[in-house]
Amino acid sequence: MIGDLFSARVIIGILASGIRLATPYLYAGLGETISQRSGVLNLGVEGQMLMGAFAGFYVALTTGNLWLALLAAGLVGALMGLLMAFVSINLQAKQGISGIGFYLFGLGLSDLLFQKLLGRVETVSGFAPLHFPWLSDLPVVGKIFFQHNILVYIAFALVPLTWFLLNRTTLGLKIRAVGENPDAADSLGVSVSRVRYFTVTLGGTLSGVAGASLSIALLNVFQQNLTSGLGFIAVALVYFGGWKPGGVLIGALLFSMVNALQLWVQTLGIPIPSEMAVMMPYLLTIVALVLAGQRSQAPSALTKSFNRE
Amino acid sequence: MKNWFKSFSLPQLVDALLPVLATLAALFIGAIMLLLMGANPITAYSALLAGAFGNSNALADTVVKATPLLLVGLGICIAFRGGVTNIGGEGQFVAGALSATVVGLWLPEQSGWLVIPLGMLAGLLGGALWGGIPGILKAYFNVNEILSTIMMNQIAVQLMNFLLIGPLIDPLQLERSSRIPQTARLAHAFDLPRLAPTRLHLGAALAVGLAILVYILLWRTTLGYRIRAVGLNPHASRYAGIKVPQHIVLSLLLSGALAGLAGAVQVYGLHHRMFTDGSATGFTGNAGFNGIVAALFGQLHPLGVIPASFFFGGLLVGANKLQRAVQVPAALITTLNGLVVIFVVSSELWRKKRAQQRLSAASIAPPAPQREEVPV
Amino acid sequence: MRKLYAVLSIVMLVGVLLSGCGGGGTGGNAKAFRVAVVMPSAINDLAFSQSMYDALVTIQTERGGAENFEIAYSDGTFVVDDAAAALRDYASQGYDLVIAHGSQYGSSLQEIAPDFPETSFAWGTTVDTFVAQGIENVFAYEARAEEGGYVNGVIAGTQTESNVIGVVGPIETGDAKLYVDGFIAGIQAANPAAEVNVNWIGSFSDVALASEAAQTLVNAGADQLSGTAQMVVGAVGVAEENDVAWFGTQSNQTSLAPTVVVANQVYDWTVVLDQMFDLIEKGTLGGQAFALSLENKGLLIEYNSAYNLSDEAKSAAEETIKGIVAGSIAVNVGE
Repeated sequence: MIGDLFSARVIIGILASGIRLATPYLYAGLGETISQRSGVLNLGVEGQMLMGAFAGFYVALTTGNLWLALLAAGLVGALMGLLMAFVSINLQAKQGISGIGFYLFGLGLSDLLFQKLLGRVETVSGFAPLHFPWLSDLPVVGKIFFQHNILVYIAFALVPLTWFLLNRTTLGLKIRAVGENPDAADSLGVSVSRVRYFTVTLGGTLSGVAGASLSIALLNVFQQNLTSGLGFIAVALVYFGGWKPGGVLIGALLFSMVNALQLWVQTLGIPIPSEMAVMMPYLLTIVALVLAGQRSQAPSALTKSFNRE
Repeated sequence: MKNWFKSFSLPQLVDALLPVLATLAALFIGAIMLLLMGANPITAYSALLAGAFGNSNALADTVVKATPLLLVGLGICIAFRGGVTNIGGEGQFVAGALSATVVGLWLPEQSGWLVIPLGMLAGLLGGALWGGIPGILKAYFNVNEILSTIMMNQIAVQLMNFLLIGPLIDPLQLERSSRIPQTARLAHAFDLPRLAPTRLHLGAALAVGLAILVYILLWRTTLGYRIRAVGLNPHASRYAGIKVPQHIVLSLLLSGALAGLAGAVQVYGLHHRMFTDGSATGFTGNAGFNGIVAALFGQLHPLGVIPASFFFGGLLVGANKLQRAVQVPAALITTLNGLVVIFVVSSELWRKKRAQQRLSAASIAPPAPQREEVPV
Repeated sequence: MRKLYAVLSIVMLVGVLLSGCGGGGTGGNAKAFRVAVVMPSAINDLAFSQSMYDALVTIQTERGGAENFEIAYSDGTFVVDDAAAALRDYASQGYDLVIAHGSQYGSSLQEIAPDFPETSFAWGTTVDTFVAQGIENVFAYEARAEEGGYVNGVIAGTQTESNVIGVVGPIETGDAKLYVDGFIAGIQAANPAAEVNVNWIGSFSDVALASEAAQTLVNAGADQLSGTAQMVVGAVGVAEENDVAWFGTQSNQTSLAPTVVVANQVYDWTVVLDQMFDLIEKGTLGGQAFALSLENKGLLIEYNSAYNLSDEAKSAAEETIKGIVAGSIAVNVGE
């Protein structure tokens, strides 16, 4: 039975599942990376995702326009991000705690809106898997890479884009400066609060889209607590990735593929308790980080509010 | 008596009440939401007050709710003072509760005088293990503790599910087709003494006693001084000869131990057995997260966490009563809970500003302000 | 800003104080039958909690509305400690029947029920009424989920062409385990050659993982899928996308995937609730255990009329239902 794990069918399945499952982690994780590089820890990702997931689902259901739905998810996420920015920048609230507050707020409000506006579990026809001529029909490669919905491809495209933003643009330089040494950045004329407003709002937008990638693409349903802790894993993956977009990509893929692997372990009837199988991605993420060794340091000003004296 | 009153100026009183004022502001938004849902906010909030503090039973429920928040919150104080962010309270709580339950199941015939302390010790050790692992990973392998504690929470849940479905399941449930995933009830001799007819148990007194101990540890011992020094400035601490990695491990280990003890108290004081609904929340009541909030409400000061957890516990208990009184979806309660956390944490700014004003207003040169910024 | 903040706060404080600590409490008609229910998930979860809430609403309509039959509920009460407080509170408000709709609430109920000897309680899903512990005012109820699971299994076993069938479950206990065990037994009875793969995803809430588990089962060759608990709503979509047959349980899930849902085992709790109400009105407050079964029509197999079910499979299902009702087919699982 364990030998079955190495069959082509299983390996193709794990790779394809891994890519699909990594999508929400990528959106949320990249947004969190940008926000943390500017010095703001946003633990409210999960709440932002839930609000985005509901907004996207509701608009898709009522208008049938998926791009409008995606826009709504992004806007609602951005609004949540804006509130988080106000609380952590203007009111200088402790970020870890205010994040927990925004998590609870999003968890409750998305559920409340769901109950009041919809009232029952429904499905929506969301972004369907794409079919590329010729490519999608390729053996092996087609199944792994070319049969996903558009939001999957956008998520992967965002990895180099985020890298480019952080490392090759003036804005990126400002973001990193604000995250490493806000006092110095300030004395050079960079507005610390404007940069952080931008990053936290962008992070919120991406979290909202992460939620929509579930509710109108991968799952096409909305339910109370749809994200079920996914947002917290996304935050963890930012640490895994050492605050680098490429690292987040590796983390998201590793976590998702091990999760896909454990599903296959159960499907093939390999006799280990299901709870141990479910544990695998969490365990292996830690082990992988220990083995790989972590060299990158957190942005120096992470979680520190900036007070211009 | 007169002097005692004099020592508190009005601004200080306002500072102390700031979290309460912030909560009221959050509840004001909640009132609008209640109105939108067709519920009477006055009925709702009087139910909240009555449910939290209205009579001896309500007060007892509030204290029972506050007890794990206080214990977890004390651990959070140590961790955050030591410069580490422990969001693994849920997992540590479960690890402690499981260890304590095993002790109780393993020694069913023994006296409570023996088993209760052993169970508490087991809870401390289980939590210490679950907190110590992220500590070692951070100190020696540079694995960020936010990542490892999030992962350890999930691992604890699956371990709990495995044990409660399998090896630790109540033998009675094995005869039933439904197989409820819970252990047998611990012997009645192991129940923590309870103030009948309420649910108030001895765990609350234990927690308050520990708050004093943690205060002494952090501010009256060399060890506590070192933990705080590492938290404030690891580099300077290293030059001063403090072994930084050991103290990082110790902060997380002690923090986990207190969360684990909260789990043990929850078993011996309240549920008398361990059960699962597939997640940790059914058993922990989110104490691992709410304890963080309580710790912050208490300014990360062990003695401040006592009133803070009482207040926050009352809010949680009262909010549920509100749900029953006006029959709104439970989701509204979660939303309100989030608003309260956001408002209270935001209100800190006013306290900080007033402290600065007082400092600059003082005629004598103020002592160098102690940096109390903690990485939360 | 700060002043505004302070003023608002004081207004609130005064408002709250003026209103006094009267406590809410729903007044209600003295003659009305009053039921309170505490549930772990949302009343619209399309699964366990919804099945109970819908049944209560049905009975309310039958009995002439809220005038005669009052319902109070606390949903989403997954924290057991909070559920205990809710149960105690409803009992002290004089409700005629207080339902603890979650097996994890049992130990709390065991401590609460003796304090309210005049109030009737019900605990699901279990067979335990605590009579052995000297408690006389607790009813127990459960669903013989394995019976409908068995019927679904027989259809799946008859229909399958790939001879591979997949199941998604939360954790391996309680109602979920009963259903899955019954489903497997039914498949084996109808088609001993079929292979059944089960994925327990370790959670009642992780919709994304449940959906990916379904995808994995399909990749492993399954052409029939089933699943239980509220997180399977995502898995139903996977079945539809891959044109794989889906079997539902707890509630009717046909609306989620009208083309592939074959049949649903639907819980109709009115059957046991009505029996409890009758007993309570006659003065018996507990001590009996009830079960939804195919025989008492508490369990219904609802077919999707839009699904093209073969005559062979349909008659196999009908024969199985008859056999289980008559006792000629014994669904022995979980023992």
